[in-house]
Amino acid sequence: MVSDSENYVAANTSLTVTVTAARRNQGYWGRVWTRLLRDWGTLAAISIIALILLAAIFAPLLATHDPTQGSVLGRLKGFGYNGHILGTDETGRDLYSRLLYGSRLTLITGVLPVLLALIIGGFLGVIAGYFGGLINSLIMRVMDVLYAFPSVLLAIAITGMLGSGVTNTILALTITFVPPLVRISETVTSQTRAMDFIEVARSSGAGSFTIIRFHVLSNILAPVLIYATSLISISIILAAGLSFLGLGVTPPNAEWGLMLNNLRSAIWVNPAIAAFPGLMIFITSMSFNLMSDGLRRAMDLKL
Amino acid sequence: MTGTNANMASDPAIVETQRPLLSVENLRKHFPIKGGLFGRTQAVVQAVDDVSFEIRKGETLGIVGESGSGKSTTARVIMHLFEADAGKVVFDGETVGRGGIAYRELCLNVQMVFQDSYSALNPRMPIGLSIAFGSMAHGVPRKEALDKAAILLSKVGLDPATFANRYSHELSGGQRQRVNIARALALKPRLILLDEAVSALDKSIEAQVLDLLLDLKGELDLTYLFISHDLNVVRYISDRVLVMYLGKVVEVGPVEDVYENPRHPYTRALLSSMPSMDPRNRTMEAPLSGDPPNPINPPSGCRFRTRCRFAETVCGKSSPALTAHSDMNARHAVACHMHDPGSGHSLASQTEAPE
Repeated sequence: MVSDSENYVAANTSLTVTVTAARRNQGYWGRVWTRLLRDWGTLAAISIIALILLAAIFAPLLATHDPTQGSVLGRLKGFGYNGHILGTDETGRDLYSRLLYGSRLTLITGVLPVLLALIIGGFLGVIAGYFGGLINSLIMRVMDVLYAFPSVLLAIAITGMLGSGVTNTILALTITFVPPLVRISETVTSQTRAMDFIEVARSSGAGSFTIIRFHVLSNILAPVLIYATSLISISIILAAGLSFLGLGVTPPNAEWGLMLNNLRSAIWVNPAIAAFPGLMIFITSMSFNLMSDGLRRAMDLKL
Repeated sequence: MTGTNANMASDPAIVETQRPLLSVENLRKHFPIKGGLFGRTQAVVQAVDDVSFEIRKGETLGIVGESGSGKSTTARVIMHLFEADAGKVVFDGETVGRGGIAYRELCLNVQMVFQDSYSALNPRMPIGLSIAFGSMAHGVPRKEALDKAAILLSKVGLDPATFANRYSHELSGGQRQRVNIARALALKPRLILLDEAVSALDKSIEAQVLDLLLDLKGELDLTYLFISHDLNVVRYISDRVLVMYLGKVVEVGPVEDVYENPRHPYTRALLSSMPSMDPRNRTMEAPLSGDPPNPINPPSGCRFRTRCRFAETVCGKSSPALTAHSDMNARHAVACHMHDPGSGHSLASQTEAPE
């Protein structure tokens, strides 16, 4: 790495001097930001996520109809029928409005479990990785037990036990995501722990929590955060899956997974309308995935 | 070991003028190798075994020895990065640990510079903050600690305006090691443990850093423990030198005395392995063959006997004590039966006889 950059300096002195001078004043996050701005694919993914987020926040303003107001006569009508931009669903509710409101629950069930699992799993993983020994064995063996179940099965089992509903879906998904986050933060923490600068910090008399705060967290943040963003898309799909199975969000709430389940039978009548919730799930989870890839590229300064 | 202490005590001049800044007494560090189903101890690596030495104020003590001889472990045990199994560390007359000065207080007096200059700096932290971190951990406000870090950077020859906000991967190896030295100085220590601090540097950079170390020593009244496998560098920088082999001290003494008149067969072999600058004095045969024995099951008695030309039965029976013998400089001590008149080694009487 060093010798590469030195060769580079030798090859193209004037150019590198200006580049490094510009870099130097930015710090780590400034540099990540610069790299992110140059990555068009990631910017597009982030824009789509921002758009969906705005749609979720301003759903009441953007919606043209009440998302729960059905009509016996206007069921499964096509685009533009009687002012319904994207047509109507199987009980005659406005699909466009339902998709808008549905994005709220989808985002909540996608992001919140990952965020909670990040906090819990990150904490446990750092403790296990930093202190090692018995604490490590204790935490990691419990995680191994949870790991033994496939994540979908675990989520289904938990919601099956707790009953359906948004809160229980979030709880179930959180429990599902804790073990992988513990494992990844434990791995990167113990890698960081083995570096000399931790011993340097210990030899300067700093306590364990000061060392974790200043030296460990900054070094594990990038890989853990990147992994967590990649879980968001899985979380969206799992949440939609739970709703699809009737274990997640309950009707008449609008949620994309549930809508997909309900419109399933309409695929022979009006396939264009039945495809929309699935399309939205696809676009959203894809965008989160692309964003996570882009963040990885931007945050790894060695790439 | 007891031999050295006894000899030093018997020399009133040394006792009166200089209380050692650091004294290490019978230090032992064994690493258990765990395995099997329940993590039972399968074997023990005897990394440091019964090591004693002293460092006086203002001197530089060099420690030399092959890889695995316990040099770095000794430094890390002094620094409390490893807990010692036995023995004690006395800093400036006060025992470190129970009943003496606290470990946090030792940190203010003893600091360490590591070999790997890259690994020793947090890659996510600007180097100014890396230097300031130690002071901040001891309650100095951030602003003040950063100001002090800037002063230290200029002291080690790096312009604070250019370097303070850089990250370690933007620096060359020599610059990084300067930063590590500045970091070690931040807590105003009196003793610095330099663990192969210049070994990874290019020869020209190494010379610059050595000169920097010598300048800083004079300016800040420092004491160094200089660990290296480079015999020329140790000779250049040290006042006294300590030779380690498989976790034991085999010879200790003033650097010129040891280099000119080595007593222990291992020291002799080590010194003759140094390449000569004169092609007519070319070393024709390998001074030592083979690798050092495994420290998991070190040889009985003298640990060097398996590679020693002069080994006899007595060498396998008892471990020689580090002793200054009558024909040697009082500060020069060796752990070898060959030099101990009462040991029963066939060459022992010859050494004792006046020449």
